[in-house]
Amino acid sequence: MTNGESQNKLSKQAQAKTHNASVKKTVKKLMLIVFGMFGFGFAMVPLYDVFCDITGLNGKTSNVAASYNVKSIDTERTITVQFLTRTAKGIPWKFEPMVNEVKVHPGERKTVKFYAKNESTSDIVGQAVPSVSPGRAAVYFQKIECFCFNSQPLKASEDVEMGLQFYVDLDIPDDVSTITLSYTLYDITSSVDS
Amino acid sequence: MTTDVIDDQSEHDSHDGEHHDHKMTGLKRWLYTTNHKDIGSMYLWFSFIMFLTGGVMALVIRAELFQPGLQIVEPDFFNQMTTVHGLIMVFGAIMPAFTGLANWMIPMMVGAPDMALPRLNNWSFWILPFAFAILLSSFFMESGAPNFGWTFYAPLSTTYSNGSTAFFVFAVHIMGISSIMGAINIVVTIMNMRAPGMTYMKMPLFVWTFFITAYLLIAVMPVLAGTVTMVLTDTYFGTSFFDAAGGGDPVMFQHIFWFFGHPEVYIMILPAFGIVSTTIPAFSRKPLFGYTSMVYATASIAFLSFIVWAHHMFTTGMPLFGELFFMYCTMLIAVPTGVKVFNWAATMWRGSLSFETPMLFSIAFVILFTIGGFSGLMLAMTPVDFQYHDTYFVVAHFHYVLVTGSLFSIFAGAYYWLPKWTGYMYNDTLSKWHFWCSLISVNLLFFPMHFLGLAGMPRRIPDYALQFADFNKWVSIGGFAFGISQLIFLVLVIKCIKGGEKAPMKPWDGAEGLEWTVPSPAPYHTFTTPPKID
Repeated sequence: MTNGESQNKLSKQAQAKTHNASVKKTVKKLMLIVFGMFGFGFAMVPLYDVFCDITGLNGKTSNVAASYNVKSIDTERTITVQFLTRTAKGIPWKFEPMVNEVKVHPGERKTVKFYAKNESTSDIVGQAVPSVSPGRAAVYFQKIECFCFNSQPLKASEDVEMGLQFYVDLDIPDDVSTITLSYTLYDITSSVDS
Repeated sequence: MTTDVIDDQSEHDSHDGEHHDHKMTGLKRWLYTTNHKDIGSMYLWFSFIMFLTGGVMALVIRAELFQPGLQIVEPDFFNQMTTVHGLIMVFGAIMPAFTGLANWMIPMMVGAPDMALPRLNNWSFWILPFAFAILLSSFFMESGAPNFGWTFYAPLSTTYSNGSTAFFVFAVHIMGISSIMGAINIVVTIMNMRAPGMTYMKMPLFVWTFFITAYLLIAVMPVLAGTVTMVLTDTYFGTSFFDAAGGGDPVMFQHIFWFFGHPEVYIMILPAFGIVSTTIPAFSRKPLFGYTSMVYATASIAFLSFIVWAHHMFTTGMPLFGELFFMYCTMLIAVPTGVKVFNWAATMWRGSLSFETPMLFSIAFVILFTIGGFSGLMLAMTPVDFQYHDTYFVVAHFHYVLVTGSLFSIFAGAYYWLPKWTGYMYNDTLSKWHFWCSLISVNLLFFPMHFLGLAGMPRRIPDYALQFADFNKWVSIGGFAFGISQLIFLVLVIKCIKGGEKAPMKPWDGAEGLEWTVPSPAPYHTFTTPPKID
């Protein structure tokens, strides 16, 4: 092997080395994107919740009791509040509102009752999850007391009247005249036991 | 330019101990191969087998829908057919076909001896058959295959799953890992292996579109992996990501899924743009009109694909602002796409056109993809989407962009490079039969679906109201004709591999690119010494 050839070979080896280094660098960067985006998929869960909390977009109401310190009642406006109930698959309860709708003025405090009866022969813990329609009214619908803040255990054949105290915020947009509050009741016995 | 100078010394040096001076034989050659051409061929064959498998499922669907009423299959099995048909066509047929083309052509187009990560390449192919074996094995389980639609909306795939969710999730995980590894390989190859002198803006547009597509894959396949993982833990491990009882939200599923799902749509069409941007100039004997604008248009489409996902969800009760935002962003995509369509038309304008089969498929692509694009614009309009949502209009739309779009471009690419792959010219008469039969039957198959959708026929149903009977009959006839037409392609490819007229180095006189500077068939190793690009 002549001198020139071996030098040529050396420089080729050096080239191959820098080539491998840059390949590794690119792969590492791309792997970072992969893991970052996998994390981002999961990060969308809390982000979505925060976003909906702020905007009330998906009709989720606050899980925290509101304090009632309204200074005036807007008697000019009347809002119809309708109540819907639904039981999720697999919970043998009777669950219904005792009044189907009430009319309230913004700022006015109102109490309504819901009736639940465990129609099975076993003890069950239920949890009601509220949802408001139209979604953008959710942030103006303030619950002072709600059975949905806690789970509701019922023994076999036991029944209960559950209270909801609420008011509608004075700032509710002018075009909202009807609010529908829907409760879905779920069986959470297994998660409470464990 | 040097063509295939086998220089033993550089071979050893540049391959870093990764050299095949002789091929292994039999099954081992295919199992152990790290050669980009072997892996490309395997991808293409695999995708064709999957295409036929998914096609048979489509024919089961069309046979059931030939007449109103339930004749052939149970509704639950019908749902399994629509679900697995979608999954196989998206992840098993279109995407691996593009990866196969990328493997075969990108190293040759950039003057590289192989892909940058050959062993990874082998692995990303060989896990695919296992993914689909897992998915298809669920047909033989007691509970049956996934029946919740390829979009696996929660709670259909969680609370109401028929028990196939685990098979589905693991299969999708493996497909995703395969795609991510393939995409990383493409990006690394393009960034590090280009021949000296090939700057980014000198790369063929084909390479550009795969470069951008690979980035899309790297960005969104992990999000899909996250989504299926959440579905898995919701179904089997008691989490409540999508379950309102535990504080989750099923609508959030759609947000996360479509954040993956919309870029995925472009993953399946951008490479198609790359293929026809290669074939149209070749058979117009003119350089591609507006190369730079094509690159920027591709990049813009890729960017916009991340901010339009909720146009799949207009009917979920979004606030007005959200509907307007996603509507306008979606319509904005028509601008870069329009740039592309006009550039292809301008490339053909006053060119010396000839109509070999790749060109026929390319022209059909431009026209029919544009029809699919227009129905997409109609769907983008929020008010009218409330009518079109979940009807056959949607089915017509995405089959126009995926079948006469992506699939036709794959055929165009296959007919264009088949002489380079096999070393033989294919039977021209057969290829023309394939084209014309496909073209007529595919329109009979999908065009009446527009009318069915506008008249209100919902998608994913095994039975329908009587007034839809006539159109459905014609659609089914078109479906069977299209399915049978694809067997012509199978026969043609097998004949072409076995022999025929010897293909010259460059069988198309207007073709440009480094792949035409190597002999036909392309030698096992090409560009072991990189070519110089001026």
